[in-house]
Amino acid sequence: MTATAKYLRIALGIAVIAALIIVPMNFNRYGLYILSQWAVMTIAAMGLNLTLGYAGQVSLAQGAFVGIGAYAAAIMTTQGGMPLIAALGVAIVLCFAIGWILGYPALRVQHHYLAFVTLAFSTLAFLVFRNEDWLTKGIYGISNIPRPNVMGFATNRPLPFYYFCLGSLGIVSLAMWWLIRSPWGRAFVALRENPIRALSLGIDTRRYTLMAFAIGSALGGVAGTLYAPLTQYIDPVPFNLSLSLDLLMMVIVGGSGFFFGPFLGAMIAVLLPEWLRFTQGYYLMLYAVAVMLLLIYSPTGILGILDRYLAERRTKAASALRAVTKSRLETAP
Amino acid sequence: MSNLLDLLVAGLATGAIYALVAVGFTLLWQTSQTINFAQGEFVMLPAFLMLAVMHAGAPFWLAIILGILLSLLLLGFGFKLLLVDPMLRHGVLPLAIATMALAIGMKEAVKQFFSAEASPFPSIVPAGDVSILGRVVSLQSLGVLALAIAVVIGLTMLLNRTSIGHQMQATAQNPTVARIIGVPVERMILLTFLINAFLVALASLLITPIYLAKFSSGEVLGQAAFIAAIVGGFNQVRGAIAGGLLIGVVDNLAAAYVSTQYRAAVPLILLIVIILFRPQGLLGRPEERTV
Repeated sequence: MTATAKYLRIALGIAVIAALIIVPMNFNRYGLYILSQWAVMTIAAMGLNLTLGYAGQVSLAQGAFVGIGAYAAAIMTTQGGMPLIAALGVAIVLCFAIGWILGYPALRVQHHYLAFVTLAFSTLAFLVFRNEDWLTKGIYGISNIPRPNVMGFATNRPLPFYYFCLGSLGIVSLAMWWLIRSPWGRAFVALRENPIRALSLGIDTRRYTLMAFAIGSALGGVAGTLYAPLTQYIDPVPFNLSLSLDLLMMVIVGGSGFFFGPFLGAMIAVLLPEWLRFTQGYYLMLYAVAVMLLLIYSPTGILGILDRYLAERRTKAASALRAVTKSRLETAP
Repeated sequence: MSNLLDLLVAGLATGAIYALVAVGFTLLWQTSQTINFAQGEFVMLPAFLMLAVMHAGAPFWLAIILGILLSLLLLGFGFKLLLVDPMLRHGVLPLAIATMALAIGMKEAVKQFFSAEASPFPSIVPAGDVSILGRVVSLQSLGVLALAIAVVIGLTMLLNRTSIGHQMQATAQNPTVARIIGVPVERMILLTFLINAFLVALASLLITPIYLAKFSSGEVLGQAAFIAAIVGGFNQVRGAIAGGLLIGVVDNLAAAYVSTQYRAAVPLILLIVIILFRPQGLLGRPEERTV
């Protein structure tokens, strides 16, 4: 039973990966752009999922961290003439450091102050992006951002760049999988499930929460580094508070605390505007109402519903098995 | 420095409005552990309700009354019964996130059903200037400041000098014990939501003539209220008042002396500094709850 389910899961995973590689070969430029955007947003959402789903803290600055990564990539590749990999390193270090500096004071208190501090930082970052013309070129933005060469292969065309994004998503997913299964990850889960018990077991809840937030912020920077060559033009507008809220809704809808929550949430958030194009401007309003209803029904999102359903089925099966065993024991003598 | 007095009065007027919003925000947190990220949108909406009533042909004074009543209905009763009560059983964090979704929904609803354009909004204080100590000061600033101060004083007296106020504070401090000694806790919580709805409607009435009625104005107002509440002390009503006034003055002075581009940044930096060095806020005290 367990072995069959495991093989089934592996087969399903392989099928999904194969589909992600093969199906887009027939897509046009716009379809590939959408899929690439999904991959980029999933990386940012995975970072936020670490902060929210595992550490239980709300960050409203994930969009700002994406912006920092995007600007780092844009500035270093267009003005510095450096490869994207160097910008990636800078973005990761910069976002991790800022996350640590930002999180340290906010996590000293217990009133969800991180949400307010990150809200403030989100606005501050936007102001810097917009006003510091010498660095970011302000509202005129930075254009002609080059796409990277990967081991000699150019990614200028949509399909190769999509594979680059998909590969990056794969690498980040593996890293996240490793992190969650490491002692760090178990500490993260412990402090989400029961912070007081985790504290009594000797886990420094503050340090681990801070670490989760900083790593999550760094992943925002990674997403930004991919976002810049994706659009090949960046200005301050995409990185305002709305992006942070969008990413938050992605994590919530997909299922915070579940590994695949960000994938599902990002898919819904990126594709929903296409599906609901007929509703014109009402889409965001409907989306917000749907999110509220989902939160009322299941705060852990869509995967939370699935998880509950599976748990109930397992419980029913166990009850049935127990009843059968009991009746056999009764008839034995 | 010749404009310092005018800047201070205007800053205090704006700050008093921020204080109203921050007080409502703080009350919600104290009595029902609700962190309302849609507080800014709660200030944005009543102005549009009033505009809608006026578009139907009603005079301004009737629009004000109906706008306030609709605010009590939607943002008081409706907010509590439809969103807070279902969400609170899941904990503080999911509720906070639900209020973020509510903020998005409200913003998009106003944008779709009313207009994405900013609309002028009439002022209840007549235009004009008045001379004080040889300096010219805006009558509107003085009027707004006086009205906001009156409301804050009234609210403070309600909380500190009436039986209902004492019951509300008991509910805020310890709902379980309050219930044991006979305080109708649920009714007190609902009353808090209605007070918040009234405060945001009043703030909307006072501030919209200054900022225009626009679907996106809630974001700025909400941030100002959050900063005021935290700077003043998250668990103190008087802290929210002081915080609001401080933010208003700092904001105005920053615009005049620092940079118009970064005027929004100075209160944010103040917030981060406060959280870093004095997390309980200027007038707050460290909150200790038994585990």
